[in-house]
Amino acid sequence: MGLVSLFIGLTFVNNVVLSKFYAVCPLLGVSKKPKNALNMGYAVTFVIFVASIVTYVLYYQVLKPLKITYLDLITFILVIASLVQFVEMFLKKTSPEIYKSMGVYLPLITTNCAVLGVALDNISAGYSFIEAAVAGLAVPIGFTIVIYLFATIRERLEIANVPESFKGTPIALITAGIMACALAGIAGLV
Amino acid sequence: MKKIDIFKKGLFVENPIFVLLLGLCSSLAITTSLTNAIGMGIAVLCVLIMSNVIISLLRKIIPNEIRIPVFIVIIATLVKCVQMLMNAFTPALYESLGVFIPLIVVNCIILGRAESFASKNGVFDSLLDAMGMGLGYTFAVLVISFFRELIGTGGLSLFNPFDASQVIFQFEVFGDYAVSLFTQPAGAFITLGCILAFIQFLKVKKANKAKKVEGK
Repeated sequence: MGLVSLFIGLTFVNNVVLSKFYAVCPLLGVSKKPKNALNMGYAVTFVIFVASIVTYVLYYQVLKPLKITYLDLITFILVIASLVQFVEMFLKKTSPEIYKSMGVYLPLITTNCAVLGVALDNISAGYSFIEAAVAGLAVPIGFTIVIYLFATIRERLEIANVPESFKGTPIALITAGIMACALAGIAGLV
Repeated sequence: MKKIDIFKKGLFVENPIFVLLLGLCSSLAITTSLTNAIGMGIAVLCVLIMSNVIISLLRKIIPNEIRIPVFIVIIATLVKCVQMLMNAFTPALYESLGVFIPLIVVNCIILGRAESFASKNGVFDSLLDAMGMGLGYTFAVLVISFFRELIGTGGLSLFNPFDASQVIFQFEVFGDYAVSLFTQPAGAFITLGCILAFIQFLKVKKANKAKKVEGK
């Protein structure tokens, strides 16, 4: 039961994008086409899931016994950078189309706050290994849901009659604000 | 380009938050109060100055193929130093900024400036660029947090970052009519959206004026 509520809590109630502002950059950058948004979501899901497990194991099996926990940031960011490089090479080989359509945003997953944020949160919240793995799955799923919904809304905003000053990013940010209000509404769930 | 232009560019014309839309993650999260905004602004400024100077010094040694990992390791080291210093000297601020101090590592502004400016320009220019961009970031988070704190709590306050019990100023304007939504995440998005709309409004107005002059 604890794991289920952790999962739902991290996916919806404390959605990382809309309550902690992790990964706002790709949200505004990639999410103009729903299809690209979904691809981005899959790539991020893989990276976050693997990264949260690897960094957790590294922290408790290597850094802590050696008493060099102050090296956590450097270790984590290197793990993440190599994972992203791996995804990039994999996509380039298997589906060049997706690789092309994601363009510069693929290497930028490295600087996606959500990846490092989840790795650091897992440690500071004192999760067990299973909990860290669940968090590593729940957070990117929440991210994917939000970025997909946001992309579909933005597609409609393109043809909507928006005041000139609000066109583009401002209206997108206000949309995100209203989505955050909506998600705050289910805060009592967990 | 004149030296002063490099500095001014970061402050207004290419303001990292309002114009380039970089580093939104931290700037939305920590702008709940002026004290947090100043602390975060100074932390980013310090990291940016040091990373730009170090990378510019090393730019001829770093092989081109692996420059991004090298930059990230340098930045991560600097951020860890700042994090440890803040933990030691400004514990209250460290507590309230929380995970967003280590997340400076993945702040696009710092890596972006390293990649697009410091790795191509001399040490002094890079220093000026870092100061301009860093102050531009500080200015932007201060503006956002000013509106969020004023509307969200109905007043403004500023504490000494080195000693949380020392109040620099604190006053209330319309405490009864505060809209607490603005201290919440949703308020951050809406505040930034409105500020960007205002900037766009000014730009459109300027463009229209220029058109009219041309038409005559």
